[in-house]
Amino acid sequence: MPHIEGSSVTEETMTQISMVVNGTAMTGDVADQTLLVDFLRDDLRLTGTHVGCDTSQCGACLVHVNGLAVKSCTMFAREAQDAEVATIEGQAMADGQLNAIQQAFQTHHGLQCGFCTPGMIMATAALLQDNPKPTEDQIRNYLEGNFCRCTGYHNIVRAVFAASGQDVSLIAAE
Amino acid sequence: MYPFEITSPLTIAAAVEALENEEAQPLAGGQTLIPTLKARLAMPEVLVSLTGIKELQSIAVRDGQLCVGAGVTHANLAKQTAQYPALAALAADIGDPAVRNRGTIGGSLANNDPAACYPAAALASGATIVTNARTIAADDYFVGMFETALDEGEIITEVRFPLPQAAHYAKFAQPASRFALVGVFVARFADGVRVAVTGASEEGVFRWTDAEGALSQAFSAQALDGLTVPAEDMMDDIHGTPDYRAHLVAVLTKRAVVAAG
Repeated sequence: MPHIEGSSVTEETMTQISMVVNGTAMTGDVADQTLLVDFLRDDLRLTGTHVGCDTSQCGACLVHVNGLAVKSCTMFAREAQDAEVATIEGQAMADGQLNAIQQAFQTHHGLQCGFCTPGMIMATAALLQDNPKPTEDQIRNYLEGNFCRCTGYHNIVRAVFAASGQDVSLIAAE
Repeated sequence: MYPFEITSPLTIAAAVEALENEEAQPLAGGQTLIPTLKARLAMPEVLVSLTGIKELQSIAVRDGQLCVGAGVTHANLAKQTAQYPALAALAADIGDPAVRNRGTIGGSLANNDPAACYPAAALASGATIVTNARTIAADDYFVGMFETALDEGEIITEVRFPLPQAAHYAKFAQPASRFALVGVFVARFADGVRVAVTGASEEGVFRWTDAEGALSQAFSAQALDGLTVPAEDMMDDIHGTPDYRAHLVAVLTKRAVVAAG
């Protein structure tokens, strides 16, 4: 372990980290306290992942790490060493068309200002991976950690329901 | 955050050695610690990350107990529904899915937040907290709000849960944080019933011994009629008054008994 002078750390410890982001190997030098979201946004310039609250409540920063949904504002970049990371930038299809989840959010007006949308899309992708045909209750429960301040959630729930191939008319209008 | 160094040992022994530095602090899933660091409520020089230690990741039934490695996430424990359904259900209702994918049982028990869920499960189950140095009975482990019997540099390695005949955790979730405004874990064993309450007391998780006595005589909601916990020991904050919390303790204990069956 490197020796640290004095009673408080004044110099940042830099560490080289590598991870696979949206299928591409990425490397960078980060201070140890760098959060994953800051590495993605500031170093890799993948600014689709948003910082909403920075207190792990709102879910705007949600990405997948080794297939699991995590809040990238509450994980150190170093902890993603060698991991497979998926962000909103990797979600569209190869030809640039929206994927089924993104298209459903557009079709069902599951966004207004769009700030929460990257997190919503990534949370939905994680949900449908585990549970391809979720009920309305399961959708609302799963999205508990993703805040939207525009839509009132109903259209988001509809979009997720539609993205899972289910008949949206079964969800009551409220 | 203040700058710090992260070290990532691969064994318990190496982690314990790294924690001999008195300015070092263990990092588990970080779901509490990272927000704490952001708020500058802690200033460690070194974080010793425990996530790479495979010894802390196992879940197994041994000698009739469910033995859960301290590094097991809430999400992974939630999948173990066959061994201890009430514990799995508790794990499945902590925070939100992303928090459950990172947060660990060891981290939760070491932090001992007065509104956390796992302390209620550990205390009501009569669990054993295993550390790198010793084993600690749950009855001796929870000392007070954010206080445990852990010494400096001591880390939890495993939690051993005796398997009850019936159990249930009834939680009234604080609507914003999903922490327990009050949570009651009831566990029925051949030799008696244990009831542990989280979220309610200034002293953190506690056993409601009057309810345990009544339920050990007759395991039914009616057995609890007329029993109350004193409101003066309850927390008072913007989310609930002491009277309200005391009332919830009785209501949730009854619900847990009914659901445990």
